[in-house]
Amino acid sequence: MTDTRALDPEVLPVGLDGYLVRFALTPEPAAMTAARRFATRIEEATPEGVVEIAAALVSVMVRFEPSVDRAALQTHLKGIADEIVSGPLDLPAPTRRWTVPVAFGGEEGPQLAQAAKAAGLTETQAVDEICAADLRVLTIGFAPGQPYIGLMPEHWNLPRMSELNPSVPAGALVVAVRQFVLFGAESATGWQQVGRAAFRTFVPERAEPMPLRGGDAIRFARASADEIARLSEDNDRMGGAQLEVLR
Amino acid sequence: MTALTVKRADGILTVQDMGRPGHLAQGLSRGGAMDRRALLEAAALLGARAPLAAIEMAGAGGQFSVDAPTRIALTGAPMSATLDGEALRWNATHLLQPGQLLQIGGARSGVYGYLTAAGGITSEPWLDSRATHLSIGIGTPLAAGDALPCGDDPAPERPAHGLVPESRFDGGTIRVVDGPHTALFDADVLEAFYATAFTRGPRGNRQGVQLAAEARFTTDHAKGLASDLIGPGDLQMTGDGVPYVLMAECQTVGGYPRIGTVLPADLPIVAQAAPGAILRPRRVSLDEALAAARPEEAELRDLAGRCAPLVRDPATIHDLLSYQLVSGVTAGDDLDRG
Repeated sequence: MTDTRALDPEVLPVGLDGYLVRFALTPEPAAMTAARRFATRIEEATPEGVVEIAAALVSVMVRFEPSVDRAALQTHLKGIADEIVSGPLDLPAPTRRWTVPVAFGGEEGPQLAQAAKAAGLTETQAVDEICAADLRVLTIGFAPGQPYIGLMPEHWNLPRMSELNPSVPAGALVVAVRQFVLFGAESATGWQQVGRAAFRTFVPERAEPMPLRGGDAIRFARASADEIARLSEDNDRMGGAQLEVLR
Repeated sequence: MTALTVKRADGILTVQDMGRPGHLAQGLSRGGAMDRRALLEAAALLGARAPLAAIEMAGAGGQFSVDAPTRIALTGAPMSATLDGEALRWNATHLLQPGQLLQIGGARSGVYGYLTAAGGITSEPWLDSRATHLSIGIGTPLAAGDALPCGDDPAPERPAHGLVPESRFDGGTIRVVDGPHTALFDADVLEAFYATAFTRGPRGNRQGVQLAAEARFTTDHAKGLASDLIGPGDLQMTGDGVPYVLMAECQTVGGYPRIGTVLPADLPIVAQAAPGAILRPRRVSLDEALAAARPEEAELRDLAGRCAPLVRDPATIHDLLSYQLVSGVTAGDDLDRG
C-alpha cells in the first residue's frame, strides 16, 4: 500500500474554529492510509481544546474551542502529520471489528459477475477475496452512518460505471475504486452492487443510531439470501452484524 | 406542561433549536435553526438563559393556540401577526391566553420567522436536540392538529419586551474567509467572484441556497478532487460553476470545490435572503474575521441588554397598527418555487 510519491500534508484553516489536515487533494491510497492513521492518533491523544475530530478520505478536520492557541495547535498537528507520512503507511491496528453478514451475487448482488470479471476473478474467487480482505471504515458520509470501506487490492481498482445504477436498495454493498459503500437507504450509484446486507447503518430510533466509526475493521461474512431476508426482520436492524472490541 | 397547538400550517413549519453538533465523524450535520440569531433574540426577549426549541416558519406561519397562559416571542423574518384580530408587533413578546387565536401570515421580508413559547418546546429530543432534520427523516413538518408540549412559562406576568433586530432580511454584504480549496481557484476567478452582486437564486432549502449570476466560477482542479468535509457557510461550486451556500442541513462530506466560507455571523443574512435579494460576498482575512467573531453566549447577553419593555402608549400602538397594515404578504411557497 505504499505510494512512490511523497505526501506533503497541509494544515489549513476551516471557518473560524477548525483546521483541515489534508494529505492529498485526490483520493490516493497512501493519503487515505495517512489520514486514517492521523485520525486514530489524535483520537487517542486529543490535543487540549479540540472538540471534534472527523475524518474524510484523505483529510481530517479538527474543530476547537475559540480559546485555543491556534498557532500552537497548527504546529502540533503539522508535526504529527509530517511524522505519519515519513513513517510506515499501514492502516493502524483496529480497536473494534465488525463482522457483517452479506449475501453475494444473484438478486442481492446483480453486478457481482461483471465486477469479478473486471477484477480478473471468478465470482467465487471475488467473494473469497472480499471476505478475506483486511478492511476498515475509511470514512462515513453522504448520509448519516454510511461507511466507505477499503481498501481492496489494486486489481479491484474498478472504475465507476458510466451508466448509473438507477436504484440500489438499502443495504446494498457496492464496489468501485478499491472501496465499498454499504448504502443506508435506496440510492442511485455509479458503483456496482455485489451483495446486500440486512445491517442498516442508520436507524434513528435504535439505541446507537449510527453504530459504525471511522477506523473500525470490517469483515464481510458470506450469508444466503434467505439468511439475509430472515436477519432483515430483526427489530434493531443490526442484521446479524457482530462487534468485537479488540483492545 | 403547556400545549402549543397548530390550528393551521401555512408555511413549512418545523421544530428547531440550535441543532446537534459533534456528529460529523458519523455523517450527521448539526442542523438546527436556519437563522440562529432569531433563536438568540427570542431567548433574550423572553429572559431565557439559553436558546429554546421553537417553531421555524418558512415563508409563512399559520394559526396557533395554547392551553395555559404563556408568553411567546416572535422573531426572524417579520410576518404579519394578530392575536384575536389585534395586530402584534414583531421582534417582541406577547402574552397568549387559552382560547385566543394567534395568526401569523406571510413574511413581509426575509424567509424564516420563529415562534418561541417562553417554556420552550419540550418534545422528546434525539441526540440531545429537538431539531427537525428533514433531509434524513428526523421529524416532519408540522400540520394542523399537532400539539407541541412546552415547558410552563416561568414568568407569565413579565411585561412584554421588544427589540430592534439587526437588519438581515433583504440581502446585503456577506463576509467570506478563505478555506482549504480557495487556492484551487485562479486569481482572476476569485476577483470576479468578489466583484459580483449575486441574486439569491430560486433554488434553496435547509440544505443550501443558490447564488445566481451570469458569470460562472470554475476551477480546473475540480475533477478528481477527493470528497472532503463540508459545513454550513461553505461556498460550494457545482460542476457548472454556480455557487451554493451550504446551510444547516447540508451533508457532512462533498466532492465540489469550495471557494470560501461565509462567516457564521453573516449566515442569517443568507438564510433570510428571499429569492431575488442581492447578496454581495466580501473577502475578509481570517484575522479580521476572528477579531469580529462573538460566541453565541456573548451575543445572547448583548441582545438581552438591548431588550426593552414595550410602551403601551396608544399613539405608538396606532403607529404600529398602520405599519402592520401597509405590509405585503407573500404566497408562502418561496421554497417550493423553481
